[in-house]
Amino acid sequence: MKLYLRYLSIHFKGMLQYKLSFLLSSAGQLLHAFSSLLGLYFLMNRFHTVAGFSLHEVLLCYAVVMSAFALAEMFARGFDMFAGMIGNGEFDRILVRPRGAIFQVLAARLELTRWTKLLQALLVLAYAMAVGGVRWDGLRILGLLFMILGGTAMFSGLFLVYASFCFFTLEGLEFMNIFTDGGREYGRYPVSIYGKRLLRFFTFVVPMACFQYYPFLYLIGRSSNPACLLAPAACFVFLIPCYAFWRFGLRRYRSTGS
Amino acid sequence: MSARGGSLRRAGKYGSIFRIRFLNGLQYRAAAAAGIVTQFAWGTMEILIFSAFYQGNADSFPMEMAALSSYIWLQQAFLALFMSWFYEGEIFSLISSGNVAYELCRPLDLYSLWFLRSMALRLSRALLRCAPILLAAVLLPAPYGLALPASPAAFGWFLLSMLLAFLLVVSHTMLVYVLCFFTIDYRGVRMVADSLSEFLSGAVIPLPFLPGPLCALAKWLPYASMQNMPFRIYSGDIAGMELQNGLLLQLFWLAIFYLLGRLLLHRALRRAVVQGG
Repeated sequence: MKLYLRYLSIHFKGMLQYKLSFLLSSAGQLLHAFSSLLGLYFLMNRFHTVAGFSLHEVLLCYAVVMSAFALAEMFARGFDMFAGMIGNGEFDRILVRPRGAIFQVLAARLELTRWTKLLQALLVLAYAMAVGGVRWDGLRILGLLFMILGGTAMFSGLFLVYASFCFFTLEGLEFMNIFTDGGREYGRYPVSIYGKRLLRFFTFVVPMACFQYYPFLYLIGRSSNPACLLAPAACFVFLIPCYAFWRFGLRRYRSTGS
Repeated sequence: MSARGGSLRRAGKYGSIFRIRFLNGLQYRAAAAAGIVTQFAWGTMEILIFSAFYQGNADSFPMEMAALSSYIWLQQAFLALFMSWFYEGEIFSLISSGNVAYELCRPLDLYSLWFLRSMALRLSRALLRCAPILLAAVLLPAPYGLALPASPAAFGWFLLSMLLAFLLVVSHTMLVYVLCFFTIDYRGVRMVADSLSEFLSGAVIPLPFLPGPLCALAKWLPYASMQNMPFRIYSGDIAGMELQNGLLLQLFWLAIFYLLGRLLLHRALRRAVVQGG
């Protein structure tokens, strides 16, 4: 962990050397991130409710998913570059070093410019918490944190699967974006609006509903069962098959020889 | 005679660049298959969101549900033509590394070269992807599938408007490339251009869903002349006088973007000093 922080500070210092570019791309990112929020806001403003949820409730859901995605992206987006790492042989170098492979892939690229995304998500979260009409007590706040952590785990797991596919294809697979970027885009709304079948899919296959929907129901008072708050645990369970898939790929890995 | 031969040869030169890039783009079939699946999934989710809104409050819906579904399917099928956030990393690195000097050595006009290159790549990608998506979308039940065009005339205008919108998007991309000659780091310029164009061209939500005043303003901006125009002409959402004015506006913005891009490139190249070695 200490080593990870050291990597982090090196990346950060490196980036700050280019002040203007850091500012410009941060500003651009903020604008970019707000465009999806604006879309949601305008739609909710026009229609007032979606499947019975109000703007403030949807915003809470949005903020949880965005925070989770931003956190996962900050720490685990190194997997995005993984295809390149395999292609240019960098991964072979990683394998001969005395540190865990996953750790090194993660540390090789830390997306600190994404801090704006996290910042934006946290701002929306604070706003949604303030106006959402939820009576916040210790249990609910813990529940909310657990939701975000669960979401981070799920997205990290998806990034890991995305990278593991590269062992077989040597290329990133575009269809995984349906789950990673798609999960972020479509997780803006409570999953139930997509209908029963997709709700089941997002519960049992990709456990997005487990951190975004079931605990959310308890928070906004649609469900009185506090056990809902434990649902994000499923996201951590989801990491197990993801990791197994990575191990499986790693065993079958053959260098590209470059 | 010789002048004619010269112009023929020139057309041949650009023509073959276009052909090579186009054929090159056609090679990525596996990527296209993955893209088709992705686009289809995104279209489905998008329509599910809008239909959830529709079921809750149909009166506030600014266009017909069927027109909206057609809009989304066309958007997914022709994504490659109209994605304003798509650039070739190679061109950026040519500019920032200075290797653009090699491009200048070629007996070709740089603007036309890159313009054709972008066109060819987008066209080849769209060609590989659009047919399966359109076909599947036509087979979906109404009002969630791709409906037939409002009328044969609307279809004709749709095609013309597609062409103008496509050229406008490419000119917009060119403008971003050219601006990179003036800044060291292109990401900032690019991100600002991306977010503006994505939101105001109706890629996030169709423009009629914006609040009244913003929608009225957005209509006049160049971004509205991108995908917004053809996709709404298709379903008859834009017709009559609005259609005529829209097409003229498209032509106007296309001319502005094209000339501005050329002018700025000319200036950038005049300033550029190529170092030896």
